[in-house]
Amino acid sequence: MIRLEGVTRRYRSAAGERVALDSADLHVAKGEVFGVVGRSGAGKSTLIRTINRLETPDAGKVFVDGQEITALNPAELRAARRRIGMIFQHFNLLNAKTIAQNVAFPLRLEGRPEAEVKARTAELLERLGLSEHANKHPAQLSGGQKQRVGIARALACGPGVLLCDEATSALDPETTEEILTLLDGLNRDLGLTIVLITHQMEVVRRVCDRVAVLKDGRIVEQGATADVFLHPQHPVTRAMLAEGEEAFDASVVPAGARLAKLTFRGASTYEPELSRVARSVGVDYSILSGRISRIRGEPYGQLVVAFTGGDAEAAVAQLTARGVSVESVLGEAA
Amino acid sequence: MFDNVDWSEIGRATVDTLLMLGGSLVLTVILGVPLGVLLYLSGKGRLAANPVLNAVLSFVVNVLRSVPFIILLIVMLPVTVLLVGTSLGVAGAIPPLVVGAAPFYARLVETALREVDKGVVEATQAMGGSTFQIVTRALLPEALPGVIAGATVTAIALVSYTAMAGVVGAGGLGDLAVRFGYQRFQTDVMVVTVVLLLVLVQILQMIGDRVVAAVSHR
Repeated sequence: MIRLEGVTRRYRSAAGERVALDSADLHVAKGEVFGVVGRSGAGKSTLIRTINRLETPDAGKVFVDGQEITALNPAELRAARRRIGMIFQHFNLLNAKTIAQNVAFPLRLEGRPEAEVKARTAELLERLGLSEHANKHPAQLSGGQKQRVGIARALACGPGVLLCDEATSALDPETTEEILTLLDGLNRDLGLTIVLITHQMEVVRRVCDRVAVLKDGRIVEQGATADVFLHPQHPVTRAMLAEGEEAFDASVVPAGARLAKLTFRGASTYEPELSRVARSVGVDYSILSGRISRIRGEPYGQLVVAFTGGDAEAAVAQLTARGVSVESVLGEAA
Repeated sequence: MFDNVDWSEIGRATVDTLLMLGGSLVLTVILGVPLGVLLYLSGKGRLAANPVLNAVLSFVVNVLRSVPFIILLIVMLPVTVLLVGTSLGVAGAIPPLVVGAAPFYARLVETALREVDKGVVEATQAMGGSTFQIVTRALLPEALPGVIAGATVTAIALVSYTAMAGVVGAGGLGDLAVRFGYQRFQTDVMVVTVVLLLVLVQILQMIGDRVVAAVSHR
């Protein structure tokens, strides 16, 4: 659905040249929710803006739905943009217009017949639970409501793609969850392809099928969200995932213990695998840190355990045989 | 009191002042808005960034704004005759008033447009809006409170300009104040004209504030 080939964007200023995006290659399949994460200044914003050419790349090609966006003339580009919805961190609603006028805005820009504009606007307001706010102005709405107006507006022309530029970064956790549920539903119900950029790992964990990690304008890692999140390869990914997690204190590691990071995925997450193995091998274990959660709805558990007082290697072998991924953890206790 | 005041003369002069103000304000807005939009659009990093056009427009606007209005009145005389056939009366006053006020107003329009969040421009672009649509359907409506507040400030500046235009034969309250109040030492005429001008300014400000409040939705 969306393909970036060697997309590069440089910014020139008095201070010299800065590469915001360095030959980025990306492929987003139809109906997928694709996340791009990175720290601020990593080039996320530039990347998502090249998809509808709010940023014109200095090199490389961008394709959306088979159309080469980077090769379009201005009129063709405007037509293509109507098939690509976009929502923003600060919503970017028109303060002078009512909620209904905001939602109708892209349809009016396109010059659709007024009767169609009215009907489509009413339908979108209804779908997003905004009907009662139709005649209010954006200033009278909460952040979550404003973002819903943004989504309704982005969907007005019936796009196949929705670009989300830090769409939840200005919202509180509860409202973020509400908006993510909404995006998830749109993806499932309408088959909408969604590209979102964010610095919030929770957002990716919650809704993204696949994820790419950006650092200094380069994509350093990409893959299925569960793979990238449970087995991060690049230091930046690890660092971003480690934030907000409780790292275990090395001083509590029992002497002579064998440390292992166990990753359970899918249904096995809720099975007493660890306990069964420990009993059959006759090993003790203590859990040093852990998390049981879901990635895009799929349950997983990740534990750092210390095996003591028995054949730790046998336990590792049995766990592996039962489909639990076992990784060594640095600094086995002496 | 008010022995020297010819009230019918005052009435005529007031009407002349209002005609000069109305006519020049309408033309100032008609010229100033597009000029302000051009100044904004051609600016650095804007939709139709054009350093040369921007520099030229900026230069012309700055020159016209830095000429004292009383000088502009005199310099404009031949142009005024060419445009409206006379340099006298209400008609003769309007060209210099517009030339004096339009660049000033254009700057205020430009400032009002700059105040519009650039996210709004970006969102409209992302929806497939053309530059013309972005200006007419997003930027100007969003900047409307500022555009109207600017028109109010400009209208008040025009009131004082009309008084000056009186000196070169435009008529109006300023003309009365100079001819009778100043040259003939008729202080009562002076007081009446000044009070009327003051009331006019107050009314303009009040109307402007109300309209701005009515179109603001922040």
